[in-house]
Amino acid sequence: MVGGATTKELIVNGKRLDGRALDELRPIKIEASVLNKADGSAYVEWGKNKVIAGVFGPRECFPRRDVNPYRATLRCRYRMSPFATSDHGRSGPNRRSTELSKVIREAFEGVVLREQFPKTAIDVTVEVLQADGGTRCASLVAVSTALADAGIPMKDLVSAVAVGKINGKLALDLTGVEDNFGDSDIPVAITGRNKEIVLFQMDGVLLPEQISQALKMASAANEHIHALQVDALKLVYESKQAQGGARTGAASEED
Amino acid sequence: MTINILDEIKRDYVRDLAMHGGRTDGRAMDAFRPISVEPGVITSAEGSARVKLGKSQVIAGIKLGVGSPFPDRPKEGVLSTNAEFLPLASPSFESGPPSELSIELARVVDRGIRSANAVDIASLLIDEDTEGKSKVWAVYIDLYVLDHDGNLQDAAGLAAMSAILNVQMPKYEDGKLTLEEKTGPLPSQATAVSCTFGKIGNAILVDPSYEEEVSLDARITMATIPGHICACQKTGMGSFKLEEIDSCMQIALKKGDELRALLKQ
Repeated sequence: MVGGATTKELIVNGKRLDGRALDELRPIKIEASVLNKADGSAYVEWGKNKVIAGVFGPRECFPRRDVNPYRATLRCRYRMSPFATSDHGRSGPNRRSTELSKVIREAFEGVVLREQFPKTAIDVTVEVLQADGGTRCASLVAVSTALADAGIPMKDLVSAVAVGKINGKLALDLTGVEDNFGDSDIPVAITGRNKEIVLFQMDGVLLPEQISQALKMASAANEHIHALQVDALKLVYESKQAQGGARTGAASEED
Repeated sequence: MTINILDEIKRDYVRDLAMHGGRTDGRAMDAFRPISVEPGVITSAEGSARVKLGKSQVIAGIKLGVGSPFPDRPKEGVLSTNAEFLPLASPSFESGPPSELSIELARVVDRGIRSANAVDIASLLIDEDTEGKSKVWAVYIDLYVLDHDGNLQDAAGLAAMSAILNVQMPKYEDGKLTLEEKTGPLPSQATAVSCTFGKIGNAILVDPSYEEEVSLDARITMATIPGHICACQKTGMGSFKLEEIDSCMQIALKKGDELRALLKQ
């Protein structure tokens, strides 16, 4: 976070502490259809982040006050496990997770074709099992893949990555340490084909040109992440086809 | 999800007007509503301000206390920002635990203030103690929304900043806090204010009113200090293009200077 008096050398000889270049992503692994009961699911390993998302719905919407007569109600819950960081976290919602749940939901509200399922609910849960900076972006990537895995019609897939400023330089995909000692953090979620920015947050002190530059870096990196999402979905789809259209990979293995 | 039927009916009108460059109250697309800032309205608080933005009304109160620093920030003061959407401000505000809207509003105000060091928490250490018994100032900013007519975010940000500039620090000596004795202003490195944009179709408008807010596709808030952006938050289901964010940043910097001038009076 910002405003700290603490500083740390985060770039040595042009490389970051984990050996990456400034515009390099951490290794990302995406797997779709990892849960049995959920209508769609995805697991994302992103550096040391481990995130799992599950989607239920469209299904009947309870309580009544959540019902929208024109379109499906999208509900999203982002949580971090108590064992996800070095300190034991409190379970249950907190102010941070409430805000992140909201911005993640809003990133998808305009992307999911909710008009096709009026009066229903689509429930999205994303659990951060292990955290090392950039969990909201990893969560967005997992949610997007899980929604597609559930067969819910969407205008586009959503990819996300954060750009930050460390030791005065813009850097892609900050780790937890880089975020703690960095000067700025800018998570960005962009749709794959139309390059619409559906999530954008920023802290720290930056010139407008630096923010534009950060958005361009995020946009370029998101093309790579988008391709990984497509690959993960294709893999599941092709294996389902080979097995005669069983609904989920996990279920068909048990059968 | 409560749907207000009047909002539904007005929505088409507001949207159609916006896409032709107009607004229901006749404002220019980049104009704020009239703003009034009254610092010092609550004398029981160490700092306070009431901001009226059009018919929206927010009071910020700042209380100071002495406490322990966070373990990972042992030399810094504690800053905590909270917002209450009072049930008297809008028929849609209910009493009970804080809603996600009030949490987000407080966190975005906090982000701008923290990034800009508008409350300079690095200079709020009172007693340093190597055995973990350090004493620091704790600054509690509470934002009370009294009347909701749109763009509470900027009204709250302005009220918070005005209240920060209004703070008179109490006296702390020999482990005793004397609220009645004042020792000077709260250390602050910059004046952060925010500018919120609404997007309707391809139209982008500054300071959305309530009826514009319920008609929006998406919203973006940008907090600034002179020449720099210090916090952003996109909200709502719609999206922005990169070029739109670029142009919003330029307007936010310009509007920020106008808002900062209001706080100097």
